[in-house]
Amino acid sequence: MSLHFTQEALDKTPPTIVPTQPVTLNVNGEDHTIQIAPWTSLLDALREYMDLTGTKKGCDHGQCGACTVLVDGKRINSCLALATVYQGKQIQTIEGLGSEDNLSPLQQAFVDHDAFQCGYCTPGQICSAQGLINEGRCKTEDEVREHLSGNLCRCGAYTNILSAVMEVLHDGQVVVDNGTLVTIPAQPSASSSVN
Amino acid sequence: MSQTIATPPTVRLDTDVIGRPVSRPEGPAKVSGAAKYAAEFSVTGPLWYGYIVSSPIAKGKITKIYADEVLAIPGVQQVFSHENVPSLAWFDRSYKDQVAPGGSPFRPLHEPEIQFSQQPVAMVVAETFELARYAASVLRIEYDVDEFNTDLKAAASKSFDAPKGKTGFLPPPKPKGDMDAAYADAPHKVSGEYTHRAQMANPMEMFGTTIDWLGDGKKMKIYDKTQGAPNVQQYLTKIFGLSKEEARIISRFTGGGFGAGLRPQYQVFMAVLAALELEHSIRVVMDRSQMFSMGHRPHTIQNLRLAADDKGHLQALEHTALAETSQFEEETETVVNWSGIMYNSPNSKFDYQLTRIDVNTPADMRAPGAATGSFAIESAIDEMAYAAGVDPLDFRLLNYTYEDPTENKPFSSKRLDACYHEGAARFGWEQRTPEPRSMRDGNMLVGWGMAAGCWDASTQKAAAKAILHADGTLVVNSATNDQGAGTYVIMTQVAAQTLGLPMAQVKFNLGDTEFPEAPIQGGSWTANSVGTAVQNACQEVGKKLLKLAQDMDDSPLKGVDFEDVQFANGCLRANEDVSRSVAITDILAASGEAKIEADGKAGPNPANLLKYSMHSHNAVFVEVKVDEDLGTVHVTRVVDAVAAGRILNPKTARSQVLGGVVWGISMALMEEAYLNNDLGRYVNHNYAEYHIPVNADIKKIDVIFVEEEDHIASAIGVKGVGEVGMLGVAAAICNAVYHATGKRVRELPLTIDKLL
Repeated sequence: MSLHFTQEALDKTPPTIVPTQPVTLNVNGEDHTIQIAPWTSLLDALREYMDLTGTKKGCDHGQCGACTVLVDGKRINSCLALATVYQGKQIQTIEGLGSEDNLSPLQQAFVDHDAFQCGYCTPGQICSAQGLINEGRCKTEDEVREHLSGNLCRCGAYTNILSAVMEVLHDGQVVVDNGTLVTIPAQPSASSSVN
Repeated sequence: MSQTIATPPTVRLDTDVIGRPVSRPEGPAKVSGAAKYAAEFSVTGPLWYGYIVSSPIAKGKITKIYADEVLAIPGVQQVFSHENVPSLAWFDRSYKDQVAPGGSPFRPLHEPEIQFSQQPVAMVVAETFELARYAASVLRIEYDVDEFNTDLKAAASKSFDAPKGKTGFLPPPKPKGDMDAAYADAPHKVSGEYTHRAQMANPMEMFGTTIDWLGDGKKMKIYDKTQGAPNVQQYLTKIFGLSKEEARIISRFTGGGFGAGLRPQYQVFMAVLAALELEHSIRVVMDRSQMFSMGHRPHTIQNLRLAADDKGHLQALEHTALAETSQFEEETETVVNWSGIMYNSPNSKFDYQLTRIDVNTPADMRAPGAATGSFAIESAIDEMAYAAGVDPLDFRLLNYTYEDPTENKPFSSKRLDACYHEGAARFGWEQRTPEPRSMRDGNMLVGWGMAAGCWDASTQKAAAKAILHADGTLVVNSATNDQGAGTYVIMTQVAAQTLGLPMAQVKFNLGDTEFPEAPIQGGSWTANSVGTAVQNACQEVGKKLLKLAQDMDDSPLKGVDFEDVQFANGCLRANEDVSRSVAITDILAASGEAKIEADGKAGPNPANLLKYSMHSHNAVFVEVKVDEDLGTVHVTRVVDAVAAGRILNPKTARSQVLGGVVWGISMALMEEAYLNNDLGRYVNHNYAEYHIPVNADIKKIDVIFVEEEDHIASAIGVKGVGEVGMLGVAAAICNAVYHATGKRVRELPLTIDKLL
């Protein structure tokens, strides 16, 4: 067999490389101005241009959730987000939830329940769990499991992650802003009246 | 001695932290994003990025690389390929790492020949990550394509006996009795073929390397994702002719490994190559699809034949396996031996063969060989129990062995019986009705299944250094690894308790080749090996402390031997009379020493190895619920009872077992790297199509550690927990699915199509 194969360029007509431009992102309450190309993902902007490496890259395809950050309180996959689009938004990363010396209740619960092993998916799990708490929809274990299922953990710490999140999300109360307990109004659905 | 003993030795002391469920000291760094993984370190000066280009063909030869087109893009610094790689080490042995199997190791960018799909063929270096990725995507390469075969069954006729040579590989046990005659004569018999496909370790952190080019000769700080910094250093220094000082490997945090990080991966080779050639700092990270180009759990076909008498005693046991390997290396696993270790049969036969296909060399992946073997034997044992009309748990107890039949040696310890009893009690096994399809929950068929497993308890050579400072803080260093296993916390506990210091005063460092050498993290041997070295280093510091204490004026410890003192709550004191006590900081202050240092070592005990068979064991009980109409399988409850010697930290050890169970569920129901034999390529090479469990897939998991301490297996009584928890889980699920549905599935993953 003398088959010949050419690995063609994925993009046949190379576009003009668009020059970099200054982009200002508000991350954890602080403005950062960085010089990036427009095709830079929010994930790479954080990791490679701002040294905020707490946000992790596990797949770069929106499949694993390791890159989860909060934008205006809502969880997103930062690998599927172009950084320039997020100017003017409030971006919160794991570094903004609490620091090594001053952990948020959710971060502390993850430590207490050993809700991680290698720790690589952990910032994404915590940001996703914080987003879940902010959404205020989930109450039961099954609901939390389902709504945290966008975050893979190859070490298999799922049961401990669930315990940690349930501890913070208990009795219909949620923790916001590093420690304030806020009671969520009861959902008017039929299922929530049980228990 | 006239004083009464103030504190009886049985009272638990504050600094007796071994065995307590303490949290990981590195936990706050991990949950706050402060923990730095390989691709996250800053460098001095600007950083360039390398992006790897992978082969789209499985076999052939590169005929042309259009590097010029890419080099013309502003900001692109270099395109590395076989065309411009400088001449490096010549002999295969330079490329052999500590755990390389037999054969000729793959040399990245060495030659135009393609040996497997996704083989790295080039790397583009550019000033930004975005540019490097783009430039790599437009690099045109031409190939001549050769015929290839990636189908294991098609290559089966060319199989050969698995060669010896790889560290830890045991050839199949010798045959006993007359297998064929016993099988023919027995009243009850079963036989079957058990298969799983290639599986990928797929740790969350992708393999990556950051090199800080220090601008001082060839000196580099190499931040690498690995399960063993010393192994990477040895590999690089031999290939590139570097000194250890030039190639310092740092690996503080490893975002999972599961075997994928045992051998140095090609991105570290490419990063070092580029740094040396360009004299520049560089970062190279694989993408997720490239994570499927490295070693994998090999596709293996196993055949079992079992026979039993009317009472349920095994009369015949045959276990054979055929596994894939690459064209250039012979990856070997211990697959069939476990059957012989677990069950005594007067007639038995074992065989383990390899055959070559056009893929990259398989690699050890969590519980290598044992996860494979235990799936087959524990499924077959269930079938045998049903054929003989005996409860599967009773059948295992009937065929329990107190000595290792493959070596005719006693076990150093074996509390598998306790695992069976405690696991069954916790699970409620006695309420099981044995007939398939006899248990229901609404429209769901309920199945209860069980299985067991065993894994080696081994100790490797390891070293550690302990440094006690005048302020009472203790620093302990070892070049070991923590891929999530809990090394940081258990070593801190061992050090703290050995010198009687609070954990907060103890700092354990790992993952740096400037520290004393330790083995790669694998085989469940870190706790045994590094733990013993840490204990020994701290004891040596303790001996020096006692000497200094005895030099003090009016020392209360004059004339007391080291064997008769204890370190507790920050003091050194006599066992017989704990009021004869000196604070450790007082000893250092009186001595005028700023610090006391000592080294500790550990290694296998050859005498014990000769006399004993050393293993950890487990028993797993599983409940599944199967939707009869849809064929969906849910694992609703698991009890995993483990006998792994002394448990240094029940919190992190439990996490290891929880993870093992999740891996077992994953192996049973989801994992398959789908090899398209027309393309010679794993086509589901991403996290969306290569399935692993998500949170919603995992329900209740109960972990039991039975009481056990084994000072033959290791000086600190430990047997290791990293692998054992996974064993038997896949078989227990298949057995439970049989109990639920009456269908035997012998081919993993057990997907819906196999049940409908």
